[in-house]
Amino acid sequence: MSVAVELRHISKRFPGVLANKDVSMSVETGTVHALVGENGAGKSTVMKILYGMQRPDSGEILVNGRAVHFKNPNDAIDASIGMVHQHFMLADNFTVLENIILGSEPKKGVTIDFAAAREKIVAMAAQYGLEIDPDVLVEALGVGQRQRVEILKVLYRGARILIFDEPTAVLVPQEVDDLFNALEGLREQGMAIIFISHKLDEVLRVADDVTVVRQGSTVAEVKSKDVTARQLAELMVGSELPQPSTQGVTRRDLVALSLNDVSILTSTGGRDLISHISFNLHAGEVVGIAGVEGNGQAELVEAILGLRDYTGSISFNGSAIDHLSVAHRHDLGIGFIPEDRQRQGLMMNSPLWENRILGHQRSKPVMRGFILDKKATITDTARIMAEFDVRAPGPHTLATALSGGNQQKFIVGREISKAPALLVASHPTRGVDVGAQGAIWEELRRAREKGMAIVLISADLEELIGMSDRLLVMLRGAVTAELDPAKTTPEQLGSAMTGAA
Amino acid sequence: MKSKSLKALQYAALLIFVLSIIRILTGASDLTSVGTASAALLLSVPIALAGLGGLFSERSGVVNIGLEGMMIMGAWAGGMIGSKHGPWIGLFAAVCFGSVGALLHAIATITFGVDHVVSGVAINIIAAGLVRYISTIFYKSGAWLGPSQSPDVTSIGTNGIPVLSGGTYFGWKSPDVLSVLAEKHWFFISDTAAVIRGLTGDLSYVTMIAMAMIPLSVFILWKTAFGLRLRSAGEAPIAAESLGVNVYAMKYAGVLISGGLAGLGGGFLAIVAANHYQENQVAGRGYIGLAALLFGNYRPGGILMGAGLFGFADALQLRDSASIHALILLIVLILLFLVVRDFRKGKALKAALTLAFASLSLWYFLAVDELPGQLVTMTPYITTLLVMAVASQRLRMPAADGIPYRRGGMQ
Amino acid sequence: MKGFKPSGFLLALAAPVAAAVVSIIISSLAVLATHKSPIDAYKTMWEFGTTSGSLMQMLNTATPYYIAAIAIAITFRAGLFNIGVEGQLRLGAMFGAYLGAMFVLPPVIHILAIMVIAMTIGGLWAAIAGYLKVKRGVSEVISTIMLNSLAGGLSSYLLANRFMDRTTASNNMSTKEIPASGQFPDLMPLLNKLGVEDQPGGGVYGMLLFAVVLGVIFWFVINRTRFGFELRASGANPIAARVSGVNSKRMTFVALALSGAVAGLAGLPAVLGDTHAFNMGFRTGIGFSAIAVALLGRNNAVGMAISALLFGFLEVSSRSLELIDIAPETYVIMQGSILLSSVIAYEVVRRYKITLQSNELAKVAEA
Repeated sequence: MSVAVELRHISKRFPGVLANKDVSMSVETGTVHALVGENGAGKSTVMKILYGMQRPDSGEILVNGRAVHFKNPNDAIDASIGMVHQHFMLADNFTVLENIILGSEPKKGVTIDFAAAREKIVAMAAQYGLEIDPDVLVEALGVGQRQRVEILKVLYRGARILIFDEPTAVLVPQEVDDLFNALEGLREQGMAIIFISHKLDEVLRVADDVTVVRQGSTVAEVKSKDVTARQLAELMVGSELPQPSTQGVTRRDLVALSLNDVSILTSTGGRDLISHISFNLHAGEVVGIAGVEGNGQAELVEAILGLRDYTGSISFNGSAIDHLSVAHRHDLGIGFIPEDRQRQGLMMNSPLWENRILGHQRSKPVMRGFILDKKATITDTARIMAEFDVRAPGPHTLATALSGGNQQKFIVGREISKAPALLVASHPTRGVDVGAQGAIWEELRRAREKGMAIVLISADLEELIGMSDRLLVMLRGAVTAELDPAKTTPEQLGSAMTGAA
Repeated sequence: MKSKSLKALQYAALLIFVLSIIRILTGASDLTSVGTASAALLLSVPIALAGLGGLFSERSGVVNIGLEGMMIMGAWAGGMIGSKHGPWIGLFAAVCFGSVGALLHAIATITFGVDHVVSGVAINIIAAGLVRYISTIFYKSGAWLGPSQSPDVTSIGTNGIPVLSGGTYFGWKSPDVLSVLAEKHWFFISDTAAVIRGLTGDLSYVTMIAMAMIPLSVFILWKTAFGLRLRSAGEAPIAAESLGVNVYAMKYAGVLISGGLAGLGGGFLAIVAANHYQENQVAGRGYIGLAALLFGNYRPGGILMGAGLFGFADALQLRDSASIHALILLIVLILLFLVVRDFRKGKALKAALTLAFASLSLWYFLAVDELPGQLVTMTPYITTLLVMAVASQRLRMPAADGIPYRRGGMQ
Repeated sequence: MKGFKPSGFLLALAAPVAAAVVSIIISSLAVLATHKSPIDAYKTMWEFGTTSGSLMQMLNTATPYYIAAIAIAITFRAGLFNIGVEGQLRLGAMFGAYLGAMFVLPPVIHILAIMVIAMTIGGLWAAIAGYLKVKRGVSEVISTIMLNSLAGGLSSYLLANRFMDRTTASNNMSTKEIPASGQFPDLMPLLNKLGVEDQPGGGVYGMLLFAVVLGVIFWFVINRTRFGFELRASGANPIAARVSGVNSKRMTFVALALSGAVAGLAGLPAVLGDTHAFNMGFRTGIGFSAIAVALLGRNNAVGMAISALLFGFLEVSSRSLELIDIAPETYVIMQGSILLSSVIAYEVVRRYKITLQSNELAKVAEA
């Protein structure tokens, strides 16, 4: 076996983002090499450098033994490197074919040779077991199929070295199996695969070698058969990983939230976005909503918050709130940690103290009547920053300057500060580093103990199982199963989510 | 595709049919005359060019409100250079000047990330001011007769479809069958003949070139690698970048082509539609072109239809205010159609309201003989508003349109 | 950590200064292109522009600009763009003058009544765009532009056929004169007391004071009230604003209508303070220059005041260029170039600021 890629002493400084310091790794052909590290440890930066999206400040990249200097992804592509991005890089309004050939279009005279492209894609798809219709629009595809398009895109360009950036983050267990089968096939065809992840059991399942990065530096390179998940975790964070868990039953008698036959109909007359959902949530209880993304969880949240019209009835602390506005529901004591913090929870170009007001602009401490109390707001922002360990220079820092984890801790602090009777937490730890993740779990635990009712939506199955008192599984808009987290494994939950069980 | 064109033909025939009825009812003979059709085409061309300009820009992800200013630059250059060096060079200059305006827009929005609408409006203000400044200097130097009007430009030749709509081919003067038919005053047949004659006869060569731009745009944007890459910059720039597409270059190309087309539209106004540049000649046509783009849902064929609609409204108001008056009857008919449709769908209240509005329009039609001139000039703008109100909700704009883009996805 | 740091202050100044430098370079090139000396041009403008007569005219030019710019800023802050101020102020002024001449009320109340009329008309006209945006999804940029053209046609029709005062024989179509109780007193008597001498054709619109008050109200409402916060939140991140409980459709409608109402006032300084009627000579282009004023002033009460004065100064002082045979329209070049270079400079500074903060943050993280 020969070395396909070698990184030697790569360093990179960035304003605001943790730098890469002296990163080295070496990937052999015909192997799967995992790059592990917690969120924010610098894995993505390493890969962006290898893929020509960033240039290293110092260090060397060798491909098949020859030193290379990539100015842009084109150079990397020419050196037969391909990247399957975590956030799919696809144009929804393009067909599969258009997405695949973009940037390296086969030509016939001045036009694109669509026929040749189609033929090549179909042949390639068959060869690697990644069948797909090249002429459908990407917007019509599910998550697993979109990932296929991403892989085909890379193979189409003749890549022999494939980088997979957190490829399983958006997949359910069954789709993960499909992906791993595909990886196996690619390895057998002599490809070198770099597999970026922080899910250690997956890494041990699929990888031959593992390189661990921590705080921007490589701390170990090991054979996967020689280590346990626990050892890897300790290498990753330098200490033990936080575990999502709650203790005891803190459930009170009071029913904080009650949904009675709630449905959202589509305007076009298609399938209901959510249909006939009923459940009760008591104070001091956490109900976890599991489901493959796009099965109605987001719509359920919108219904509870009053952002969407629905049929049926929702009551809060015993009284119906169906006719109340979003603002009114906030004021009654419903807090919200949004799924997409930048889109739904922050004004990115505004300072933190103004973000403190968002969603709380009708109550103290930020308002005195209709007048904004700037001084009190700034003071309270500083308090949140201290209590919730938001690392930023001060309340005047723009939200956009913060790292994802700190933005999220700020939002959690903001929402928990008003001590809502009900907290809707949508993917509260998505994309945050391990430290922040542990801190957020701890806050949720404390809030639960104090009697807060929590609706937890997550794609992280361990988080769901660990944090919830009860699990509801959503599939195609309906609740299809209720599970006891104490008796449920991630595999069982995954099966329930896809309707396999 | 074939059934689509067939459907469009059917609609066109239906429209002419309805207009023929209204012509008979009201005696507004200009509604379907050769002159109106030909004027409608003449006025549609600049709007279609602006709309196509908008298409290239917005498909690459840059909103271009600055079309108006680029058209102003084009019209001015067309008049200024055209009066000195002849109409073809004038048109070429119009394209160049439009592109210069576009270059400013591109630098501001693409390189510096300025809000697209803000930059576009700034371009419009600057273009209007700049041409006024230079015009004044020309006037003072004695080259121009007035500060708001250029000297005349010689006109560009015209031609028609042989046999059907006249014209001259290699010295052979073609017969003009459609004109003959049009003058027979046969219901519908003469109307149709007149409309086709108006659209195909006495065409300026520039009109022909402009019309060829529509299929050419389809070809470039949907059949070539350049087009695919340009559209990818407007749909998913970060994905495009990750595949090695030079997104900045694509956006620059889109905006520059946009300016060239808008400039050509402006030059057309000065050289073909008129025979000199005049201040306020563009009069919002850049904006109407943008409306045509939205009406056409970011597709060349749709833009053509939108431009045709606005051009028709414009032509009627310019030629004959009696026709606009007759057009109220058309609105009544459309409203009645909506009443029947709503009523059948069980929307009684909506139907009743529409019926009330229809009655009101009918009353106005019967009560007033002729609309005052100041109000007639408002027709294209009202048309635009009404059309936008109907068309805006089913828009599918490029996914990343109007979003400032920075390499590496930075803020 | 304080919000007001010297470096922040310098940064705030950097953009306008850079824009001014670029603008001076471009304007100088424009003057040089006509084989004239830009130095002479600036000298002449300065000498003429700083006479007290010119300064008065500058204030009179700046007053409507400022009011109209506030109207535009209301929508900018809400993430919208009201380009239709020109039409709104035209209709507001015309209806205000026409209806205001039909009755007599006690002095202050009469003026207020006219203002209410103008605000109502301007607000209703803008509300059309608001309605189309909220209910039909029509971009307010396009609809307000179309409404401008409609307002132009409508006002000339109404003036010629309905509102024209036929009792006096005059070449100039005009509405009836507003009675004295509805005329806004001039500031000249006040200035006389302060030792300023009368100037030929001089006088300072009383509505200048009103504009100042309006600026203060604007600042307070936008920056210090819940309504203002919700309006800004809608502009900064409409989705997050909606999640936070702002009724985004209502906010869109209210912002446009309110903007139109304020715009309705922008035509009144001349109508109430000088012509006392609406006539054919009503100044055009205020609404468009005001867009530039608002952009240059960053939609900020003080910034817009400074840029309104700057635009007024350029316009008035450039009239003197005629004397040295340079086209007075040079000011258009100056305004245009300062506009474009400032929006670019502001964006560059904004990006630089974020980088700066990120660096600061990195230090915090590493510490």
